[in-house]
Amino acid sequence: MERKKALNIAVCVKHIPDPNLPGELDGQRLKRAGVQGVLDPGDEFGVEAGLQLKEAHGGEVTLISMGPAVALEAVRRGLSMGADKGVLVSDDALAGADALTTARVLAAAIAKAGPFDLVIAGVESTDGYTGTMPSSLAEFLGLPQLTFVKSLEGAEGSIRVNRQTVEGYHVVESPLPALISVTAGVNEPRYASFKGIMAAKKKPVEQWSLADLELSSDDVTVNQSVTNIGKAEERQAGEVVEDDGSGAARIADFLKEAKVI
Amino acid sequence: MSVDPVDFLGIDRLLTNEERMIRDTARKFVRDRILPGIEKWFEAGEFPLEIAPEIGELGLLGMHLEGYGCAGTNATSYGLACLELEAGDSGFRSFVSVQGSLVMFPIHAYGSDEQKQQWLPRMAAGEAIGCFGLTEPDRGSDPANMRTTARRDGDDWILNGNKMWITNGSIADVAIVWAQTDEGVRGFLVPKGTKGFTTRDIHRKLSLRASVTSELIFDDARLPGDALLPGVQGMRGPLSCLTEARFGIIFGAMGAARACYECALEYSKTREQFGQPIGAFQLTQEKLVNMLLELNKGSLLALHLGRIKDEGLITPQHVSLGKLNNVREALAIAREARTILGANGITLEYPVIRHSNNLESVLTYEGTSEIHTLILGQAITGLPAFGGNA
Repeated sequence: MERKKALNIAVCVKHIPDPNLPGELDGQRLKRAGVQGVLDPGDEFGVEAGLQLKEAHGGEVTLISMGPAVALEAVRRGLSMGADKGVLVSDDALAGADALTTARVLAAAIAKAGPFDLVIAGVESTDGYTGTMPSSLAEFLGLPQLTFVKSLEGAEGSIRVNRQTVEGYHVVESPLPALISVTAGVNEPRYASFKGIMAAKKKPVEQWSLADLELSSDDVTVNQSVTNIGKAEERQAGEVVEDDGSGAARIADFLKEAKVI
Repeated sequence: MSVDPVDFLGIDRLLTNEERMIRDTARKFVRDRILPGIEKWFEAGEFPLEIAPEIGELGLLGMHLEGYGCAGTNATSYGLACLELEAGDSGFRSFVSVQGSLVMFPIHAYGSDEQKQQWLPRMAAGEAIGCFGLTEPDRGSDPANMRTTARRDGDDWILNGNKMWITNGSIADVAIVWAQTDEGVRGFLVPKGTKGFTTRDIHRKLSLRASVTSELIFDDARLPGDALLPGVQGMRGPLSCLTEARFGIIFGAMGAARACYECALEYSKTREQFGQPIGAFQLTQEKLVNMLLELNKGSLLALHLGRIKDEGLITPQHVSLGKLNNVREALAIAREARTILGANGITLEYPVIRHSNNLESVLTYEGTSEIHTLILGQAITGLPAFGGNA
């Protein structure tokens, strides 16, 4: 019987301020120092996708992250779910890095830790929400990118995904290596079991600086800046429909208008 | 500065990353798997046994034990998991306490290699359930005078007597039963189906309804010689188990209290009387603040006791202090929360009356408040006040 080729998978993970707590601003940026952090809930889908592929095909899941030393907590969370090892890039020069810089650094880390058959990222972070990092990363790595993945299927040497669109989805297939960005709902992330949490302590995590990646602070100069922050528009009060017998029909009309039905 | 109305003192910061992960996992499990069904189970008076393997998979069962499929966490983590479980329902915390502290712990500490291999991995996975038979119909606080006996018959033991108020009794695959022998009190592993061993469930409870409580009846139940727990003799055996389980209650009680406080706080901000939220009234604020004080103090106490247990410095008297204080205060918080909710405080639509009723059991099981008071009284005066010849 032909042995399947094991998949070497990299999953990008980010440590973010707990989105369940009210966010605070530090100048024009989200306050991070001293704020309770978590593994980005959006990244849990990426970790789960990696773990499922590993379980189906064999192989290894490596978590790749960039952030201050405290970001190790997010890496450990992913390891406690079942990932095998981690890489954290920390460097004082990376404070305030934008999405493009992040992609450049993650690309260097992935190149150094690889080669990988598949790179997985969430479609966007739950703090900055730029949503540009996965595409930039694929460009830096020279990989085909399959974005907005709502379901996926790995095969020998290729991956096939359903890619979310406004109207429905596209079925896209690509040879490996490739990069995918996964949406929330692509799977049901597992609980980190207590045994997994205990085991995560002993799993290897490499901590690299920019110098380890042969990058200099010039390579990570931030060209993007936030110029203004405005309040989100307050939600308008809903429309109250008095039911005079036509209530159901009016709700149906409303849902049709919203293209829900 | 933003205020956390629950963890007002920022006790969370005193936890390690690993402890926080365990706490978060337990909290998520409670939110996903226990809260959606608890009203129904409580009302129907049933424990959803099908959840046991899920609890096992999570690693909650015997989580602070090493090896045999157990997670091997520290004691503080075990306490934090108990807190989250009991914020769901005391019945689930009781299930986990009995399985982990009252059954797996003595097998782990006092069992033979064969007993450990036979039971611990399956119990850790939630595939086998255990119960703990110490209390008798006429012997609650005074277990040393138990009437259940085990006598030698060749290599076998013959067990006679009744055990009462036994959590998990009829659903257990194995019962740890403590009995008087010629060698003093000894523990026995009695598998379900042993001839002469039957159980009868206790119905009509108004507390811990989502938990099975049974009577165990032994009528010339014959056990092989290897049913004996070889590693312990005398009351030290069962009492050491109770100290383990009581430790979990110190945290657990604060979980129930937290759930009641959160519910009352939320309610006070939305319920309006005389044209304003009732939380704007001074009397309501005093209630809420008193709840906040005891919740934060009790949580700090629990965490402190967790830390000294992890250092190996905890004593049974420390555990008595924790259980006495935290259950008493949790019950006071639950009752106070009930008053803020008014009539809604007596319905199952809100968690408060359920927690309040559950805590009535927690107040007296695993050592009544009176007994813990006497343990502490003896500790500080050197004078036992248990009556009789104690």
